[in-house]
Amino acid sequence: MSKITRRKFLAGSMAGGAAIAMAPTKKAFGANLGGFPDGMGVLVDMTRCVGCRSCEAACNKEQNLPDPDKSFADYSVFDEIKHGEKRRPTEKAYTVVNRYEPEGSEPVYRKIQCNHCNEPACLTSCFVNAYTKTPEGAVIYNDKVCVGCRNCMIACPFSIPAYSYSSAFNPIIKKCIFCYDTRLKNGQMPACVEACPQQVMVFGKRKELIKIAHDRIRRSPDKYDDQLYGENEVGGTGWLYLSGVPFQEAGFNVSLPNEPIINNVKDFLAIVPMVLAIWPALFTGFHLLATKGKSHGHGDDHSHDGQEEH
Amino acid sequence: MKKLAENGIKPHDAQLKPDGRKFSLMEKLLLGLTLDQYVQQVIRNKFNWLLALIFAVGIPLIIYRFIFGLGVVTHSSYDYPWGLFLGFGLFCMVPLSASGFMLGTTVEIFGRHDFEPIERLALLNGLLGYFFAVVYLLVDLGQPWRLAYPMVYSFGPAAVLFLVGWHVATYLSVQVAEVSTAFFEWIGFRRGYEFIRKGTIGLTVSGIILSTLHQGALGALFVYAPGKVHPLWYSASFQWIHFFVSSIPAGLSMVICVSTVVIYTMKWRCDQRFIDSLDRITISLAKGASMGLFTYLFIKFLAVAHDNEWAYLATGWGAWWLFEIFFGVVLALIVLGIGIHHKSVALCRLGALITVLGILLNRLNTALITFNWNLYQEIPHIFEVIIAITIFAIYIATYRFILNRLPILYQFKNRAEA
Repeated sequence: MSKITRRKFLAGSMAGGAAIAMAPTKKAFGANLGGFPDGMGVLVDMTRCVGCRSCEAACNKEQNLPDPDKSFADYSVFDEIKHGEKRRPTEKAYTVVNRYEPEGSEPVYRKIQCNHCNEPACLTSCFVNAYTKTPEGAVIYNDKVCVGCRNCMIACPFSIPAYSYSSAFNPIIKKCIFCYDTRLKNGQMPACVEACPQQVMVFGKRKELIKIAHDRIRRSPDKYDDQLYGENEVGGTGWLYLSGVPFQEAGFNVSLPNEPIINNVKDFLAIVPMVLAIWPALFTGFHLLATKGKSHGHGDDHSHDGQEEH
Repeated sequence: MKKLAENGIKPHDAQLKPDGRKFSLMEKLLLGLTLDQYVQQVIRNKFNWLLALIFAVGIPLIIYRFIFGLGVVTHSSYDYPWGLFLGFGLFCMVPLSASGFMLGTTVEIFGRHDFEPIERLALLNGLLGYFFAVVYLLVDLGQPWRLAYPMVYSFGPAAVLFLVGWHVATYLSVQVAEVSTAFFEWIGFRRGYEFIRKGTIGLTVSGIILSTLHQGALGALFVYAPGKVHPLWYSASFQWIHFFVSSIPAGLSMVICVSTVVIYTMKWRCDQRFIDSLDRITISLAKGASMGLFTYLFIKFLAVAHDNEWAYLATGWGAWWLFEIFFGVVLALIVLGIGIHHKSVALCRLGALITVLGILLNRLNTALITFNWNLYQEIPHIFEVIIAITIFAIYIATYRFILNRLPILYQFKNRAEA
């Protein structure tokens, strides 16, 4: 509870008092603490994925995205390497499946999309509050207020948001929104989950998914790596992953902290009200000390030099 | 201008003409020359040819960017959303413009009126640096016409960038007010000048507050990206102090560098007071810069110790980090130290140049070079480089235009009383 108060306080001071009058900000702060109790999520069991890319096709259709460069039945995309990296979500594809080939095991497939963090870094880094974590668990984005600073792309620990650079007059962030507008809002599962022929994904309340996942690990400890990716990473994510191989071998970033990204910034945020409160008196005091006994410290100094010349 | 001086023509440097009449605005704009003389001296100057060449290539590219979007002038990278425009334009220009609040503090707060001859140059350097940082930002933003949204339309006050936006905007207005005294003198608006002078202390103190916070905030922006910025350049606890402290020698050194350029290329515009005091002031500024640098050096190692990152020093990135520190900080300190000890203005100037380069390297390292150290290295698109250079050229041209005219490097000889 003390956490909430402190952050609200900081935020208020940063806006120089003006923030107190800003009603919309409240929503953002209440929303990103530990996630909503009934927030939804998706459990991805990578041991079941065969890399058919049905989810990619479903996403493309549901979100009215442009036709892909290669058809969804074309599996050569798994061999695509750009800048030494496998595929990542782009402005044309909110989700992509990549193939990894760990030594001594079958290839594994990993579906990548926005993980819908409990405390999203994109949301906390956005200076126009374009992102919202909805009570249903989705991290959605409002392109009507986005200025295009792309700080969210810097901040996202999973490198998810893409940007439509090619648009001159309305470039916006493009990322998975959990099918919020068309499905999640009405309690329906996202298109990719529905389309999966292998039952790779389970849609449900996040806290129940965590139980299901741990059950699966307990029942088949040989089948799974003993970790539920997303349970704790950067404060917990709505999308959770089970893997049969160590997560780093499936391309996951395993060096992420368990703390939400915003916690790194708190040291600085705490300084802000201090500087605002202390500096004026401190430096006015310095001024008085330094100039006492001298003629007008802040007089019309450009002219008194000039006068000496006359 | 040199040639004109040989012919006995003096630039406009007083409120009133020798016969007691006021200069007209047109005469002021032409520096008190006739139109012919003015145009001739512009054409004679080789540097103007270089500027013209840069503008000829770069300005069409800027227009091209605004018609066809960022995609045509950058690599449209999702992994490197911030390229040269912010990496150089924002993260380098802002620390180099810390001079305004540094000299403002020295003269107005600490009452060191011996620094006065250079105060206005430092203030102007601050104002233009910030202004052009915003210009770079406008080129980089996806929808620059929404620049004011965080101020008036949609608020994200928990974001560091929100603070940067507000503070840079407020500080820009503070700096406009600070520099406006020179402008009011130039147009002869005595009351405006006096009104602003009365608020000097308030303006200067707000300048210190705003500078402390947004110089630091630029560093804090990278704290959002643990794992993307290399650990040696990343410090959750100290990033903002690193950026703030290094902005102090950066700003002071930038003033030394600019004043050096000015004294060699625009001596005609400097008055005797400026010329006579510059050597003394350069050495004093160098002292300030070296103290700032020393503190910076100390806290850089403190951060490595705090996060226990010594092991990284043995890697390739560690060598690069050590190069940055030894070139940009230690070497600068040595040169400045020798310069100060032997009262050698030339060495102080060299040290200041190294300091500026060192800060540039640090900011580019943080924003571009070591960013995504686990991924690939982004090399900016050639058009992006050209646009960055063009905006810098516009910056220089504007800088010179103002220095030529306003009483920054000189004082008006006779003042008209309003």
